[in-house]
Amino acid sequence: MKSYTSIAALAASLAFAASPVLAQTEINFWHAMGGALGEKVEEIAADFNEMQDEYKIVPTYKGNYTENMTAAIAAFRAGEQPHVVQVFEVGTATMMAAQGAVKPVYEVMGNADIEWDADAYLPAVKSYYTTPEGDLLSLPFNSSTPVMWYNKDMLDAAGVEEVPQTWDAMFEAAEKLKANNADCAFSFGWQSWVMVENYLAWHDQPIGTQQNGFAGTDTEFVFNESSDLTELLQRIADSQADGMFKYGGRRGDSLPLFTTGECAMWMNSSAYYAGISEQAEFEFGQAMLPVNTAARDEAQNSIIGGATLWVLEGHDDAEYQGVAEFFNYMSTPEVQADWHQSSGYVPITTAAYELSQEQGFYDEFPGTDTAIKQLSLNEPTENSRGIRFGNFVQIRDIINEELEALWAGDQTANEALDKAADRGNQLLREFQDTNS
Amino acid sequence: MRAKRVTFRHRWLPYALIAPQILITIVFFLWPASQAIYQSLLRQDAFGLRTEFVGLKNFARLFADPRYLDSFITTIVFSTLVTALSMLIALVLAVMADRVLRGALTYRTLLIWPYAVAPAVAGVLWWFLFNPTIGIIAYALDGLGYDWSHYVSGTDAMALIVIAAAWRQVSYNFLFFLAGLQAIPRSLTEAAAIDGAGPVKRFLTIQLPLLSPTVFFLLVVNLVYAFFETFGVVHATTSGGPGNATNILVYKVWRDAFEGLNLGSSAAQSVVLMVIVIALTAIQFRYIERRVEY
Repeated sequence: MKSYTSIAALAASLAFAASPVLAQTEINFWHAMGGALGEKVEEIAADFNEMQDEYKIVPTYKGNYTENMTAAIAAFRAGEQPHVVQVFEVGTATMMAAQGAVKPVYEVMGNADIEWDADAYLPAVKSYYTTPEGDLLSLPFNSSTPVMWYNKDMLDAAGVEEVPQTWDAMFEAAEKLKANNADCAFSFGWQSWVMVENYLAWHDQPIGTQQNGFAGTDTEFVFNESSDLTELLQRIADSQADGMFKYGGRRGDSLPLFTTGECAMWMNSSAYYAGISEQAEFEFGQAMLPVNTAARDEAQNSIIGGATLWVLEGHDDAEYQGVAEFFNYMSTPEVQADWHQSSGYVPITTAAYELSQEQGFYDEFPGTDTAIKQLSLNEPTENSRGIRFGNFVQIRDIINEELEALWAGDQTANEALDKAADRGNQLLREFQDTNS
Repeated sequence: MRAKRVTFRHRWLPYALIAPQILITIVFFLWPASQAIYQSLLRQDAFGLRTEFVGLKNFARLFADPRYLDSFITTIVFSTLVTALSMLIALVLAVMADRVLRGALTYRTLLIWPYAVAPAVAGVLWWFLFNPTIGIIAYALDGLGYDWSHYVSGTDAMALIVIAAAWRQVSYNFLFFLAGLQAIPRSLTEAAAIDGAGPVKRFLTIQLPLLSPTVFFLLVVNLVYAFFETFGVVHATTSGGPGNATNILVYKVWRDAFEGLNLGSSAAQSVVLMVIVIALTAIQFRYIERRVEY
């Protein structure tokens, strides 16, 4: 018995000895940034920790976006949730619906003793993550948008003088490329995001009712009603026979098609900049997404992808003060400009964009401002400020499945979109039932 | 034949001796299984903030979903192919290795090796070999005039996961077949050889019948493997696509829970899987073990 008491005493004295270190408030930050991006996140946190000694940000890499979000949700159910969690854009509706689990960023910033300007953030970035009243729910962190990557050497060899700006020009260029024995003219990744969500926003058409789900969970998909999208997808599917389009898998699986010089043009996130620069042994560039003149003469604006930082409930006010200060630090032009220039993600504040311009970054690396130009091409409309659908991770898989059946020639574009909308609507109703 | 009866002096001793095993079964099987059954009757949002008891609605919805039934068929096709392919190859290899006299240990070691590779790693390996753009096998197939693309063709994707899943299992089956073959007395095959039976005849009439317990044992083990342990392979190669061509049951359970955050439906699916594994085990004990001649 005696030995137990002495161990307890020892433990108590150790705890006491350690208490000056614990006086620093720890803020847990779970993220999904691996590799070089992860190191950058660690660096930002370390710089903030060095700057002041009241708070200590503890960043933890929890796997990819899905794994990170699932881990945070599991932790919340066990009452062990982190203060801040990085969630990808399609998880927005799920997070929003979790009232009592998440603390909106505008509240965190408003309650904290800091100066914060909600208008400093770029409208096209911010609009995806605000309430209908315009209040910011989560802090945009890494945002990108799909652009068109092109292989300049292949286009030159085929005699394509101008990078295609319309879909008609795309097919004309594709014919020239095929005449020049190119393996494939174009491909894309993240097909739901690039070819459905962004295509419709780019042409100012709705993806779903209720302002793309922003105005309520009783939203329904209407992407199958766009005749120009249906026709375009059919045209793309048919062009496989001539070897113009090649499907290369979900997400970024089709990247090798572009970097090995098989396909001359590839539509996917601007954040592939680092990866392409590393792998491509040819001259490449990025251009804006092509416009389908059958739908509209001018493009509206594209929508973002990427992730934001959500604050979870269940912590002390003092800790939220630390979160607010960290968020403010992350939004400073210097930190943002550095993050933007090293990662290929777009800057989230107007000041960071202007700073990058002043620093001459876009002159040195032409085309790196394509994404931000696309996003801020016009004031976002109800159709182009983003989407907010529940169960959207699964719905994207449904769109993937139906489009894959289109590429395989098992169904027409019309059938693919109708089925995807129909199956997607069932999941939307399920989400509505679960969250009401 | 009756087992020898052991008598314990203390009444509690036998219970104390099996208690750890019972405890492990409760903690790692009965408790999670009951949780799954409970969860399968609920509808809950991801964070567990709103819970509603829905009875058997999750099951009703599952069986009304044509895609769930498709997934059953996909799983059956997949399991049959994996089991048949891995057992056939392993049997051929084992028969050959059994005849090898010099360097037998080296052959055996090399053949057993793949079993040590984790399913996810095996998946990534085959993913690289078969990648339509950079994969060496896809390149070779292209040379033979076959345009391999498991991103578009469901058949190619199924072939890919069957190969990746079977490859690893060949090692396991090989071990059992070889042990089974070596347990057959040499005198039997030698006597047959003296009577003029060729290698094929000897294999079909002597070795194979004597191997039948091993064959049936492996049949069940391989089916269970293909049904429940191939998640890593699918996750690393096709992610269930293209379309739903490789969305096997166990992958769908994971995807609906961890990507879809639909816990009720996922729990219902795992309950269905649980019923299947119980049925397979029952079949193994009741019928197969009885009919096989030892």
